[in-house]
Amino acid sequence: MTKATLATVWLDGCSGCHMSFLDMDERLLDVAARADLVYSPLVDVKEFPAMVDVTLVEGAVSSEDDLEKIRMVRAHTRILVSLGDCAVTANVPGMRNPYGPGPLLQRAYIENVTINAQLPSQVVPKLLAKSRPVHKVVDVDVFLPGCPPSADQIFWVVDELLAGRIPDTAKMSRFGT
Amino acid sequence: MTDVKDREQDLDRPEAQPEAGGPRACAHVCEAAGCMSLNADQVFEALRERATERGLADTAVKRVGCLRLCVAGPVVEIPERGLLFEAVDPSSPESIDSVINALQGSEGGRSTADDPFFARQVRIVLANSGVIDPEDIDDYVAHGGYEALTQTVTSKKPEEILEEVVRSGLRGRGGAGYPTGLKWRTVAKSSGAEGKYVICNADEGDPGAFMDRSVLESVPQQVLEGMAIAAYAVGASQGYIYVRAEYPLAVKRLRLAIRQAERSGLLGANIAETAFGFHVDIRIGAGAFVCGEETALIASIEGRRGTPRPRPPFPAQSGLWARPTLINNVETLASIPSIVRNGGDWYRAIGTEKSPGTKVFALAGRVVNTGLIEVPMGVKLRDIVFDIGGGIIGGAKFKAVQTGGPSGGCIPADDLDMPVDYESLAQAGSIMGSGGMIVMDETSCMVDVAKYFMDFCKDESCGKCVPCRVGTVQLHGLLDKITRGEGEPGDLDTLERLAVMVKSTSLCGLGQSAPNPVFSTLRYFRDEYVSHIEDRVCPAGVCPMTSSVAS
Amino acid sequence: MSVRTLVINGKDVAGDADQTILEVARENSIHIPTLCHLKGLSDVGACRLCVVEVAGVNKLLAACVTKVEEGMSVVTDSPTLHDYRRTIIEMLFMERNHVCSVCVANNHCELQDAAKELGLTHFDLPPLEPVVEVDASHERFVIDHNRCILCTRCVRVCDEIEEAHTWDVFDRGAGCRVITDMGTPWGESRTCTSCGKCVQVCPTGALFEKGRSVAEAKHRRRFLPYLRALEQDQQ
Repeated sequence: MTKATLATVWLDGCSGCHMSFLDMDERLLDVAARADLVYSPLVDVKEFPAMVDVTLVEGAVSSEDDLEKIRMVRAHTRILVSLGDCAVTANVPGMRNPYGPGPLLQRAYIENVTINAQLPSQVVPKLLAKSRPVHKVVDVDVFLPGCPPSADQIFWVVDELLAGRIPDTAKMSRFGT
Repeated sequence: MTDVKDREQDLDRPEAQPEAGGPRACAHVCEAAGCMSLNADQVFEALRERATERGLADTAVKRVGCLRLCVAGPVVEIPERGLLFEAVDPSSPESIDSVINALQGSEGGRSTADDPFFARQVRIVLANSGVIDPEDIDDYVAHGGYEALTQTVTSKKPEEILEEVVRSGLRGRGGAGYPTGLKWRTVAKSSGAEGKYVICNADEGDPGAFMDRSVLESVPQQVLEGMAIAAYAVGASQGYIYVRAEYPLAVKRLRLAIRQAERSGLLGANIAETAFGFHVDIRIGAGAFVCGEETALIASIEGRRGTPRPRPPFPAQSGLWARPTLINNVETLASIPSIVRNGGDWYRAIGTEKSPGTKVFALAGRVVNTGLIEVPMGVKLRDIVFDIGGGIIGGAKFKAVQTGGPSGGCIPADDLDMPVDYESLAQAGSIMGSGGMIVMDETSCMVDVAKYFMDFCKDESCGKCVPCRVGTVQLHGLLDKITRGEGEPGDLDTLERLAVMVKSTSLCGLGQSAPNPVFSTLRYFRDEYVSHIEDRVCPAGVCPMTSSVAS
Repeated sequence: MSVRTLVINGKDVAGDADQTILEVARENSIHIPTLCHLKGLSDVGACRLCVVEVAGVNKLLAACVTKVEEGMSVVTDSPTLHDYRRTIIEMLFMERNHVCSVCVANNHCELQDAAKELGLTHFDLPPLEPVVEVDASHERFVIDHNRCILCTRCVRVCDEIEEAHTWDVFDRGAGCRVITDMGTPWGESRTCTSCGKCVQVCPTGALFEKGRSVAEAKHRRRFLPYLRALEQDQQ
């Protein structure tokens, strides 16, 4: 029997969900015994594999880069999990939505900068008009809100998925902490 | 009582002196808001000036209320000759002369005798509209006005009046169609040691509806008389008319009518020299649609924010200042004097069994004869649109009639032979409503129509309960998305799911009925929604469909 | 006291004639979710979360404002009611800009609790994302309209308990805002006694005290029934 494959993706988020993932501590060994972590900010692989069984996505879709990435990930993933409030609701990245990206960039790159204030034109990906939850852009199979979701919750969801079941997160879901 | 008779005689005197050559003809100049906005007052002045030049008596030209054919304003009628003059131009001597010549026997104008717009109407509420001077109580009295009230207070017991109203089968004309007699009985039975109130709901606000406004502008005394009879029947001594500030002419005429009635001893203390007293005050609404909802209206009169509260208790038990309150719509109250005068059985014989009497409609939209009509209940929709209404403008294809405004629905061509009564309209997924009737042809997009009404409801939601405050915004957003050509496959399901939720959970009638235009257009014109979403095409060519998203 | 017997969710219960379905249900450990209701304040039936099915009545009734009647048969939960309640909470989340993770009421918010209770894992409706203001002009308190759900508890506590009537509601529909003194900034209010009751009754983080951490911002609401009782004793 071949091992299941697991990936994690980091879009517009603070990496807190990944920290919570790591907080599974010794249970990571349990997960590793049943699945290979084939793509993640935590591993060195640069290319997303052709097909992954389970992908956990942290962060909202805020830039053109995020959008391109999540579409690619969705195309190569069997079960996509929105992990944490940013992926589920846009959360903090979405706080700019009432104002649009203009004032946000102005604040970050002009008003709060003392030397050589200028709007980025290279490297920094172009922001989308609105920061969106993952499911507003691609289909999502499982939602696990929380800021961040606890290690216990993440373990339970991964455990269920690796056992071939779609977990009903309604019973344990909570926005915020 | 004697006072009234005396005045009647005073007034009759000039009428009793016909000019040589037969009955004196009189030009009635419509001075309701529609014609007034087209300078009807100048028409009146021009006619009177010309009449004087021709040596006609002052009484040859008269200001009256609504003559009903609003599309042709400013309108002048010579009832004695059965002639109607359309779009009379005060600056054109020919136009003015044609009226004056007709007064003196020449031909001219449009004959009303065989015109279905006039011939097919049955006027009870509007019997005196366009006949009497709305600013002259004596004219109203001369036409039988206040007869019912004086009869009531001098020789009838409250129970007899209640009985007549119950027998008449009159149902609330504000829209819901609750039996008026039953409501009166409930208020009459409620203990009112600290007083009871009668409120006239004149907060008409449906887009395209102007029945109540016209009634108030044309026969204000009739509404006051209905209120006073109601007050006598239920045991109230104070009344309020809640009328929107957007109806300044109605307010002005009501104020005048109240003053004149008080001076004539027909309102105020000791009405018709009896122990019965009834005072009426006007309360002006600031234009919030929700204040037409009775509990919001009451809150507004009390000086509080005009938001509805859950019922029960119903106003009949605990209304204004927590006292038993009878709250009726303008048209309901205006129907009362003739019911009392002619008896409940007489009224019941008109209309249908379950919906007796007549109903006033504001006929608007793509129909030839837009205006105010009064028809017996049970008349076919087809007759209203094609006979009375004169068909669709330019002979275009009929599509639907919208009744009941933002709380109502659309009735398609297939149902044109449906009788217009409370039950039939409800069965067809619409409502009688207060009487707005908007005729639409193929140039109307039904998704756009639903969006229009939802836009209205979201703006007019008072914001108190969540389903109405947020739900109408969400529903409007969805409809807007569809009309922009951005609809997605699941959108119709979401639309229906949200509409059911808003209808089921909202606090008051506004929210509970706000989804009705959506339900009704989905029921009859689902294919239009589908072509907006699947083909990105608005069949009527109305919607912008700006988005050309291919993915 | 006249007793009314009724059935709630198939269970025979009894209550006083002037008690509401909600009161009798809670006395009998039957849970009905609420947001605008707060014991000690008048009920307005505005959030609609507590709507229940009553046999023989063709519409849903808000349990907080419906008095119990003899022989009434009430159902407080069903798949349909559950779905409506979820939608109400979803609508509230989508109406303003609720971000639990950075909210002062995080973990002691009734809206957040309701979402958890009703099992909301995400939102399908589009967010309305309005630009709304924060008024921090008061020396001790702040009103952040981003988090206000217009339950009007602040309006009622200020009017009914403090009797200052500093708060009221302005505008209509989506434009509604709770305001102080006809719309003047809170800090300039001449009627506000700075008693802080509004802050204590706020179900979310819309009203909060300056300089308090999230953990310190827990609401204390048990004073309400006590004050109410005291007031009634005095009358």
